[in-house]
Amino acid sequence: MSKKMINIYLYTRYERFWHWLQAVSIILLLLSGFEVHGVYTLFGFQTAVTMHNFVGLAWLIAFAFFVFWIFTTGEWRQYIPTTKKLLSVIRYYSYGIFRGEAHPVPKRIDAKHNPLQRLTYLGLAAFLLPFQMVTGFLYWGYNSWASWGLSGLSLRVIGVLHTLGAFSILTFLVIHVYMTTTGHSLLAHIRAMISGWEEVSEDTPIEAWEQARSKRSTT
Amino acid sequence: MNKQRGLEARWATLTTLVVVFLGLAAGAYASDSEDPAPGRAMAQQAVKERAHWTTTDHSQLAALQKDFCSGDAITAACLSCHSDAGEQFKQTIHWTWIGDTSADGKQYGKAGDSLNNFCISTNRMNDQSCADCHPGWKGKEAGINCLNCHSQKKVNWSEAFEDYTAFSQSNDPEEKELAQEIQKEIRSAAQSIGRPTRQNCGECHFKGGGGDGVKHGDLDSSLAKPNRILDVHMGLDGQDFKCTRCHTTVNHNVAGRIYSKPAFTERKSLIQDDLTAKISCESCHGNTPHQKGDKANDHTDKVACQSCHIPEFARVLPTKMSWDWSQAGKLKDGKPYKEKGPEGTIDYMSIKGAFTWQKNVRPEYAWFNGSMQTMTVKDTIDPSKTVAVSAPTGSPDDPHSRIFPFKVHRGKQPYDKVNKNFVAPLLSGPDGYWTTLDWKRSISKGMGFMEVPYSGEFDFVPTTYHFPTTHMVAPKENVVSCVQCHVRQGGRLADIAGVYMPGRDRSKPLDLLGWVAILGALIGVGIHGLGRVFTTGRRKE
Repeated sequence: MSKKMINIYLYTRYERFWHWLQAVSIILLLLSGFEVHGVYTLFGFQTAVTMHNFVGLAWLIAFAFFVFWIFTTGEWRQYIPTTKKLLSVIRYYSYGIFRGEAHPVPKRIDAKHNPLQRLTYLGLAAFLLPFQMVTGFLYWGYNSWASWGLSGLSLRVIGVLHTLGAFSILTFLVIHVYMTTTGHSLLAHIRAMISGWEEVSEDTPIEAWEQARSKRSTT
Repeated sequence: MNKQRGLEARWATLTTLVVVFLGLAAGAYASDSEDPAPGRAMAQQAVKERAHWTTTDHSQLAALQKDFCSGDAITAACLSCHSDAGEQFKQTIHWTWIGDTSADGKQYGKAGDSLNNFCISTNRMNDQSCADCHPGWKGKEAGINCLNCHSQKKVNWSEAFEDYTAFSQSNDPEEKELAQEIQKEIRSAAQSIGRPTRQNCGECHFKGGGGDGVKHGDLDSSLAKPNRILDVHMGLDGQDFKCTRCHTTVNHNVAGRIYSKPAFTERKSLIQDDLTAKISCESCHGNTPHQKGDKANDHTDKVACQSCHIPEFARVLPTKMSWDWSQAGKLKDGKPYKEKGPEGTIDYMSIKGAFTWQKNVRPEYAWFNGSMQTMTVKDTIDPSKTVAVSAPTGSPDDPHSRIFPFKVHRGKQPYDKVNKNFVAPLLSGPDGYWTTLDWKRSISKGMGFMEVPYSGEFDFVPTTYHFPTTHMVAPKENVVSCVQCHVRQGGRLADIAGVYMPGRDRSKPLDLLGWVAILGALIGVGIHGLGRVFTTGRRKE
């Protein structure tokens, strides 16, 4: 079982910054959003509304930078969906993981995401988050609908759709946070998202330049 | 070592970015609170000129330097200079007490077919007690009493002229002197002329319905000398507005609500139209009066300013909230009586029935386009339900409607059981109910004046009467807070339909589905996690 572990540099500085900025934004948006939804009292309604609007708009702007980054760096390729090995990943998480099997699709620099992650993150970054941003932006701009030529919209419909998005994101968040514990140690994935370096087994195929660099750093 | 330093640098970068991010947020907040709200700045500009200037001192006018022995003589003196004022005034609703005449011949107005659930009707001005508030020397027959609204001195005119006439014809030098004293008082009142003060208007409008604070919850004698906590505009320690500051006048027509006609049809500000009446909040404060970016600005298309800025009415004196005429007529030791409640209010009168009073009343809210729908004696009613004697008109789909606060006065009043319409009993005078305590007689007498047939059979029906609440504007620190409306249950706007309100509204099926999904995810990862814990343990063995 005990293989030699080596470090690979998996997440660049911007990527990590973006991940945590988005994490903080989403958590603040969820906390304030569900307060505005009437679920509990935390910040106070007025503060929650102000916070939600500010963080939401800031996230929207920051997301534009993320889109720029993902296309200019070619990182979008990491999100191309594939069914190859999808079933074996599902089998791993529902069976193999309990048996101590190795992950069928270990992390590599040119494939950070396993097929299941690709599908999830594509759905998230291309559909769910933009959906939430669009419904949120429309919600925020309610008073300008007439001048935007959108007077046919119903606030109720937008409100309900935005709530649907919120529940979906919260559900994702629960599973996502849990999945971070499934690395070779409980905090391995989280550590990787903070430092950028992920520990993987030595026999994982790693590109030559990457390996060199990781060797230099692990000494 | 290198890596260590690299990590530190990265952490420093990240921390800096987060600090900048938070700093921007805080900055956006702070910059908001520095400038005054534009609506406030605009309004302050509109009322900047405080000094009231006039070109006439009425005490110097030759026409007013004589002995007056009747009201009409004073009016004649007024009209000798203000030649058109009389004709102007007689066209106004203050004189006619007539609003509109509808297509089917119903005449709205106190002097017409309209009624309320207080003293019900003026019986087309035949009930003399109602005429106390009519701005003539004696009801509608005699001339206009200009001093009612324009004199800064209060005189009991009928008594004064009666005494003056009696004493001045006496030979007793002491009585003659007394007559001179009275004349001095009369002349002084006739010479103390100005724009109507709060006291002038309040003489009738504070006491509508027969007593202080009876009718309007937002108008009572506490507004004669209010502080700014009671009314931020009228407060002597605030802006010290007189009624006429907002109720501007054209040809003696005072701006304000007139029955079915809204006080204003467009919410224009003085910037958009500098000759617009200052009757609406928007006139001076504009459509988006709060600071830029303040969520409150986004409310003004649906919520009237009054809804948030008048959290409660009747904040100093109690106002009458219900009047049950069906309880009237009880006797104690064979005599009519009054009963006071624990708060010192009169809660029962044999001649009027049972009342309830309330202080600090939270308004009820309804969509309102500025027009009230009022009942007349000629309208058919459905006595099986509570009848709205007056109700606001408006709808969530109408861009001119807003959610508006109301005092709702609940009554129980007589109606004609056979003809199914309200009846208007005569109250004062020898044939009135207050003298006879005889419903049949007073109703048939009253309906005679209304020229509406009466079957002779009556019963009582519960009714409601809506008053728009617009005075007693609280200072900004006391306004209604978000959660008083944006709350799941029991909020101020719990019954308002036609608008989606975050915090109040939701899709129940979606919420259920959402929480089930989240609970499912939690249980799922919980079981998965436990599974890993146990199997890892076994693997190690």
